[in-house]
Amino acid sequence: MGAQLRELRERIRSVGSIKKITRAQELIATSRIAKAQQSAEAARPYTRALVEALEAAADRARLDHPLIEGVGTPRRSAVLVVTSDSGFAGAYSANVIREAESLTGLLNGNGQEVRPYVVGRKGVNWFRFRSRETGGEYAGFTGKPTYADARAIADDLLEAINTPTDDGGVDEIHVVSTHFKNMVTQQVRARRLFPIVVEDVPEELQHAEIAAQRGDTGGAAAESRAGGDNHALPLYDFEPSADEVLGTLLPQYAGNLVYTTLLDAAASEWAARRRAMKSATDNAGELQESLTRQANSARQAEITQEISEIVGGADALATAGSE
Amino acid sequence: MVVAKELNVEVVAADRKVWSGSASIVIARTPDGEVGVMAGHEPVLAVLVTGPVTVRTADGGAVVAAVSGGFLSVSEDRVAVLAEQAVLAEEVDAVGVEAEIAQLQGADDEAARQWAEARLGVASHR
Repeated sequence: MGAQLRELRERIRSVGSIKKITRAQELIATSRIAKAQQSAEAARPYTRALVEALEAAADRARLDHPLIEGVGTPRRSAVLVVTSDSGFAGAYSANVIREAESLTGLLNGNGQEVRPYVVGRKGVNWFRFRSRETGGEYAGFTGKPTYADARAIADDLLEAINTPTDDGGVDEIHVVSTHFKNMVTQQVRARRLFPIVVEDVPEELQHAEIAAQRGDTGGAAAESRAGGDNHALPLYDFEPSADEVLGTLLPQYAGNLVYTTLLDAAASEWAARRRAMKSATDNAGELQESLTRQANSARQAEITQEISEIVGGADALATAGSE
Repeated sequence: MVVAKELNVEVVAADRKVWSGSASIVIARTPDGEVGVMAGHEPVLAVLVTGPVTVRTADGGAVVAAVSGGFLSVSEDRVAVLAEQAVLAEEVDAVGVEAEIAQLQGADDEAARQWAEARLGVASHR
């Protein structure tokens, strides 16, 4: 009996310290969500101005850039998979990987080869464990991405799309990441980043098309496009030329897209972690409670037994004495 | 008599807004040379080379920033300087940048070297 009580008390203690840890993780995650959202907010002026300039340049330049035109039948695609560096975030990385796998299946079905570019240690390990070849692996920053991180990824992707397909380049760039809708809802989504479709269609149609292609209207670019719609574009002069300006803008746009995607994913990661840690904390609390009950009844049983032993002993003595 | 108008200027880096306010002239470097933009300038989109951007504010002061990977857009007296990297002169840590240049010595990274030198250049302006 005594041994059982000791064991229970030990378990209560260890559950208690686990609870403290998960509680701390939960609080950290909560503050990080806000930070990631602030970073996303700070990136917005750049996105807005960039998209405006891009629209103006695309209006006037020759549109045979590989990032805009694309090829008739794409043969190989790059898929950027954004997972997290650390665990403790519920099914965050698993959900992204599952979506990436289904996109890969879809693209393979269309006769396309898929080359994954993986962000986050969890995803990198997943691909390594299965000995799958990747185009690029990036880790160490998913909780707090910087523009330089995004730039490095975008540069690799651009290099791939600018290489002819026969020499190992890709024709399309897709991204699978998690979109932060609000504190409770984060959505895994797959979008095509490039080629962008720019056609001589009325703006609204174009948006609908882009939105449809991305399978969603919530993208940062789509939002700012919608915001910048209501005014006619000024007749810009281009220095040195429209083509060259477009050639400079597109890589910047790619960097910006990757950056906003990473920030969105970071906010989602922290939200997922907060939720996972909150339920871990709650579970630890429940476990602590039920263990405490068991310990109490064990202690009670011990006391009862001791009393009955004493009473039994006294009875025995009394019986022995009366004889 | 034409009333002197002001420019509405924004200097924006990829991850933050660096500076915004009203100004009388903005001077930046394009591949073809320096351009100065004053109120009433025609709409223009220009690629910028890594280097300084000078903004003369309405009250006569000057704001100097180093930019890299940027461009300039002007329309209706709104000037936006967009750059992947941008810092104000007073934000530059000259000692840190000098150390960076020393490290880059011999390394074959032209863009990083130019960016470091541009920052050191504006740091001497303050």
